[in-house]
Amino acid sequence: MAEKSGAEILVQTLLDLGVDTVFGYPGGAVLPIYDALYDHPKIKHILVRHEQAATHAAEGYARSTGKPGVVLVTSGPGATNAVTGITDALMDSIPMVVITGQVATNLIGSDAFQEADTVGITRHCTKHNYLVKQPSELAGVLTEAFHIATQGRPGPVVVDIPKNVQVAAAEFSSHNGLKNSRYQPQVDGDFKAINEAAEMIMQAKAPILYTGGGIINSGPKASETLCQLAELLGAPVTSTLMGLGAFPASSDQWLGMLGMHGTYEANMAMNRADLVVCLGARFDDRITGRLDAFSPNSKKIHVDIDRSSVNKTVRVDLPVIGDVGRVMEQLLAVLKGRKFNAPDYEEWWSRIKGWRATDCLAFPENKTEIMPQLAIRKLWEATHERDPIITTEVGQHQMWAAQHFDFEKPNKWLTSGGLGTMGYGLPAAIGAQLGDPDALVIDIAGEASIQMNIQELATASQYRLPVKIFIVNNEYMGMVRQWQELTYESRYSNSYSDSLPDFIKLAESYGWTGILIDDPADLEAGIAKMIETDGPVLVDCRVAKLANCFPMIPSGAAHTEMLLTPEDVKGTMDDNAKALV
Amino acid sequence: MHIKEEQVERHVLAVLVDNEAGILARIAGMFTARGYNIESLTVADISADHAISRITIATNGPPYVIEQIIAQLDRLVPVHSVRDLTEAGPHVQRELALVKVAGKGENRIEAMRLADVYRARVVDATTESFVFEITGAPEKIQTFVGLMREVGLVEVGRTGVVAIGRGPDSA
Ligand SMILES: Cc1ncc(C[n+]2csc(CCOP(=O)(O)OP(=O)(O)O)c2C)c(N)n1
Ligand SMILES: [Mg+2]
Repeated sequence: MAEKSGAEILVQTLLDLGVDTVFGYPGGAVLPIYDALYDHPKIKHILVRHEQAATHAAEGYARSTGKPGVVLVTSGPGATNAVTGITDALMDSIPMVVITGQVATNLIGSDAFQEADTVGITRHCTKHNYLVKQPSELAGVLTEAFHIATQGRPGPVVVDIPKNVQVAAAEFSSHNGLKNSRYQPQVDGDFKAINEAAEMIMQAKAPILYTGGGIINSGPKASETLCQLAELLGAPVTSTLMGLGAFPASSDQWLGMLGMHGTYEANMAMNRADLVVCLGARFDDRITGRLDAFSPNSKKIHVDIDRSSVNKTVRVDLPVIGDVGRVMEQLLAVLKGRKFNAPDYEEWWSRIKGWRATDCLAFPENKTEIMPQLAIRKLWEATHERDPIITTEVGQHQMWAAQHFDFEKPNKWLTSGGLGTMGYGLPAAIGAQLGDPDALVIDIAGEASIQMNIQELATASQYRLPVKIFIVNNEYMGMVRQWQELTYESRYSNSYSDSLPDFIKLAESYGWTGILIDDPADLEAGIAKMIETDGPVLVDCRVAKLANCFPMIPSGAAHTEMLLTPEDVKGTMDDNAKALV
Repeated sequence: MHIKEEQVERHVLAVLVDNEAGILARIAGMFTARGYNIESLTVADISADHAISRITIATNGPPYVIEQIIAQLDRLVPVHSVRDLTEAGPHVQRELALVKVAGKGENRIEAMRLADVYRARVVDATTESFVFEITGAPEKIQTFVGLMREVGLVEVGRTGVVAIGRGPDSA
């Protein structure tokens, strides 16, 4: 066998694993790897402008393509800058492998230049991590890292490689990676449990399917299976923020998103259901609201590939551990085998119809200012036929996008759900565009969030990525302001977006096209121009500054205590509610 | 507003893990990161090829937290198995302590007498001190150390608990 340097082994192993895109930023501790990349144009290296953006771009790439995102950063500040995106990927179960440079093994622990304890720092924000001390271990570790990142509940894996390990040589031949991995998550559901689930479904009079990001992670086939299951059951379907797109919003059975900013009908139906079938979701606090009032009269089935998600916050009657796509297939087979003919749930649907009549997503008309909800809706109208990929930042605009932009297919909705990371949207859009060069990719942004990774305008320019940014500019950290209105009698402490840049000039200085929309009459034309314009476009859409996002279940409130309009806001909360995030 | 405390149970877990760098930090760190308690934690490699270590963790928490602790341990990649010995039924718990007492006269005689009752062995002696070695269930050690406090306890070192299920089956 021929000897190769660690850096060569690394690059060759990435190629063997089918990696064609790496998001990264060079530095002293990864110079050998960058030098090896120089000879391998098959791996496209995307030079970001900040390591956090590399991680979010990798997430966007992963979420839209289903393939793992790969990141390469240097030691010390390179690694610490990546931590936010790594944590984001852990919370949202995004498959990602992050390769970090490290100081040479003999210098570890000596506070060497650009040394950070990367393995220590990332231990609890990764699914797993490694410090590789021998070049001979590299191929095996990398292969296992990709296996762990993508199998089971996906997540980020960090591989920390000291510089001398990149330089030192070891014997290498392709495919001498990993044989039998110690990590073998359960994919098929337990047959007895599936039968029991079928039994519960056959007894139900008011069932609801509560779906989540697990279905997206399971792959496009799982979304198809969900549609078949929903069709067989004839039951209503709701979803978490992360699961949007798994079930088509145009279906009659779709209730919209549930939870804190979910629809009235979705939350009421969860509250009144007699059977909740949770498919690849995790009863997150944004979903449940006050726990002791969450869906109090239902039996609950929880399908999850991660056993630790079961009974974590909400006790369920029947856990089914396995891949949600696979388990739904098994469930379908059992139900069909038993000749299950769903009742029409007439009473259940008539109650749902009543809740739908609330028209909870309606918003006031406004002739002088653009209502942010209207902006999103118009954006949807103008683009949905092209199946755009939508990314978001974090805040009101994100929730409005979730509420007013309808998704028909999976992998088209990329948002930071679990961690709620402002600055996610632009790099994620860049990653998604690289994964799907012909797609229309739009980052629905807030004027505050977009500034957190604004430097990535340059990355899009460099790689000629026609990403669009649609800033819902309300001149406030709107979501913070909204909470201050709810909780602190509108004492707007530091939530005004002061000293904003001229976004149009800023965009232009990076070689982007900038479009200003500040009159409701120009909204449609402005959006049309954004779509028609080749190359990257930033839209600064000035919207009504004080609009708030409804419905809203305040922290610690029950699903039945939804605020539907500004008139429902009291402006104060007790300390118990104040203590909740 | 005040922070509420919950009723807790003590559980002893046997965890088999890959004997690799950082495994202890990974386990202990998971406990701190998620706010779980560690009463004691012991670890040593137990397989002929040194590939597998057994970690015994005594922890406490409300039942739903114990369930989470087990699930969270189980999903760590280097963890092979987690067994809740407390839940599994009859098991033996043992701990070893070295207990140093110093003193003369009546205290010294009393220390010796108590050590005898508790089957502690003398592993070092001077004219004014003893070091006792005692093994047993944690409660026994607790009681013995408490008694030694009254007769001149100087220093105590405890290993933390190891445990194993009764009967022929393995964890
Ligand atoms: C990195 C980070 N810091 C702080 C927050 C807290 N936070 C949540 S929403 C928000 C305001 C976002 O403002 P903007 O981007 O303008 O969106 P809007 O709510 O106005 O639509 C803040 C500060 C966060 N989610 N992420
Ligand atoms: Mg804003």
